[in-house]
Amino acid sequence: MAQVNLRKVFKEYDEVPAVRGIDLDIGDKEFVVLVGPSGCGKTTTLRMIAGLEDITDGEILIGGDVVNDVPPKDRDIAMVFQNYALYPHMTVHENMSFGLRLKRVPKDEIDRRVKAVASILSITELLNRKPKQLSGGQRQRVAMGRAIVRNPKVFLFDEPLSNLDAKLRVHMRTEIKKVHQKVRTTTVYVTHDQVEAMTLADRVVVMNAGLIEQVGTPHELYHSPATLFVAGFIGSPAMNMMRCGLEETAGALRLKLHGDLALPVPQERVARYQPHAGKSNLLLGLRPEHLTEMRSQSAPGQSAFDATVEVTEPMGMETLVFFSLNGAEVCARTNPAANLQPGKRAQLLADLRYMHLIDETSGRVL
Amino acid sequence: MSTLALPAPRASLKRERRWALIWSYVFLVIFAVIFLTPPLYMLVTSLKTSAEISAVTLPWWVFHPTLENYRTLFTSEQYLTFFRNSAVVALSVVAITMVISILAAFSLSRMRFWGSAALATGVFLTYLIPETLLFIPLFKIFAFVQDWTGIEMMNHWWVLIVVYPTLTVPFCTWIMIGYFASIPKELDEAALIDGASYFQVLTRIFLPVALPGVIAATIFAFTVSWADFLYPMAFTTSIDQMVLPAGIVTTLIKGDVYNWGQIMTAALLGALPPLLIYAFLMDYYIAGLTAGATKG
Repeated sequence: MAQVNLRKVFKEYDEVPAVRGIDLDIGDKEFVVLVGPSGCGKTTTLRMIAGLEDITDGEILIGGDVVNDVPPKDRDIAMVFQNYALYPHMTVHENMSFGLRLKRVPKDEIDRRVKAVASILSITELLNRKPKQLSGGQRQRVAMGRAIVRNPKVFLFDEPLSNLDAKLRVHMRTEIKKVHQKVRTTTVYVTHDQVEAMTLADRVVVMNAGLIEQVGTPHELYHSPATLFVAGFIGSPAMNMMRCGLEETAGALRLKLHGDLALPVPQERVARYQPHAGKSNLLLGLRPEHLTEMRSQSAPGQSAFDATVEVTEPMGMETLVFFSLNGAEVCARTNPAANLQPGKRAQLLADLRYMHLIDETSGRVL
Repeated sequence: MSTLALPAPRASLKRERRWALIWSYVFLVIFAVIFLTPPLYMLVTSLKTSAEISAVTLPWWVFHPTLENYRTLFTSEQYLTFFRNSAVVALSVVAITMVISILAAFSLSRMRFWGSAALATGVFLTYLIPETLLFIPLFKIFAFVQDWTGIEMMNHWWVLIVVYPTLTVPFCTWIMIGYFASIPKELDEAALIDGASYFQVLTRIFLPVALPGVIAATIFAFTVSWADFLYPMAFTTSIDQMVLPAGIVTTLIKGDVYNWGQIMTAALLGALPPLLIYAFLMDYYIAGLTAGATKG
């Protein structure tokens, strides 16, 4: 059993807080991704789990044991670094076997394990090469191999794909997922790329300014964000945020966007938003796929409105359409067949069944 | 127009490059002549008899070559003693210097502790103090040590093994700090996670990766301890305690009589070990000295 638990973990650098008291429970064999913008404390958290940074306050447990004062080598963890950190003077085989040699594992056992892992990662033919003779993707595999071969309790990945080009990144992402399916080991993975987080994780931890904003499955984070930050961070293109007020007229709720544009709140959401009626400092959050071109048949909860198209971005299977609404730039995902043109008025459809209403002051999703 | 204009810059670049090469060669030849003339003169003189040296002939040519000077030196017990003393002193100083400076550089560049940055600067500032300023305080220290411990430090060849590291350790530590600092931090972190102790990180990762820096520092330490003239002249007086630079001057110049043939032969032979070391390790030496410039 190798769960990882963080209890009120604080980290300060010269009295500047980097991590501000986070609690997190990572289950055995779980793949958890820490995601957030630069400086949010995700890498610091990972390095504290690794033992490469001291903890200012709190407790870290690996496999149920408090490891605050345990040096990295005794935590039974393995880490893959952003720049691979392969030992340049050693061959791939020597890189992968370094940890085992330090533990004085018998030679034939080392050889057997290195070859087994090399075959999982398809790097058998590279075992006698030095790191400088490898491509970026191959180096990344070797770095993973070095981690896997030690059979640790926990894998730690620190933005391992950031140095790869876009195509290779997508490929290696799949490789990492495959490897985790084969080698079921508790994994903590840090990235600033939310697509990477969503595609890899069993659960995603969204961090911001040294705090955890939300922990959840990729589906939960995408469809039920808890805060304004998560709503804006997860999803690409990002969720549209439009200032609005919530008006109540004759038992019905309406979102007042600007001027005479007011959209009715779907019936199933009325009870949820009723207590907030009359508030004016709200944000309507709507993902681009829930803003489309006008269709012949609209379902209850869908509302039509007019806007002047400013920019279109044809993507092939869809066309992103940008326009301004209440001072905010808004993106809609439309069918290319609708052929919306920049500079022209267009009728669009907002599917408010998927809307999020956010209190701008508290940043909480209502 | 545009297609015609294209070849012009290319031709101009080629011409510029040719001129740059010509000037490079001109200056390289000048430097080579300036630096190679003294050793050449030493070689020529070492093959002459005293009579030919003092005769009014072309000084750059040997009319009656002889190996007499070499034979005399190789059979001279004094010269062999100087050579042995120099070798023992230089090798010991290199060993002591490298142990101290590698450990110091590793701790100063990697193990963050209170005052490490100030210490690193202090190490460099120590190197800036010229040895001519240090040898009188060193006399006082020797006297102090003798008063307290009864150990006579003056006039022993081994005292140079104690003294030379004051010159070599600061510079070698500084070179190594620069070199160690250029090694990515993730490399030692990876090794620490792989199960290495700090000492294993140093011996199994840092030293092999920083080998050019280690070699550059080794060559520097060897050159200083092999060729230094001031300290052996100041601290050793008996012939049997002398090292090569002091010994040659003391024994081969008698009053105002200069035995030029043997002086040149002895100096030439004395210059051989550093020359051989440079020749074999030059590539590493250059890589070591320029590491900070290119690796940040």
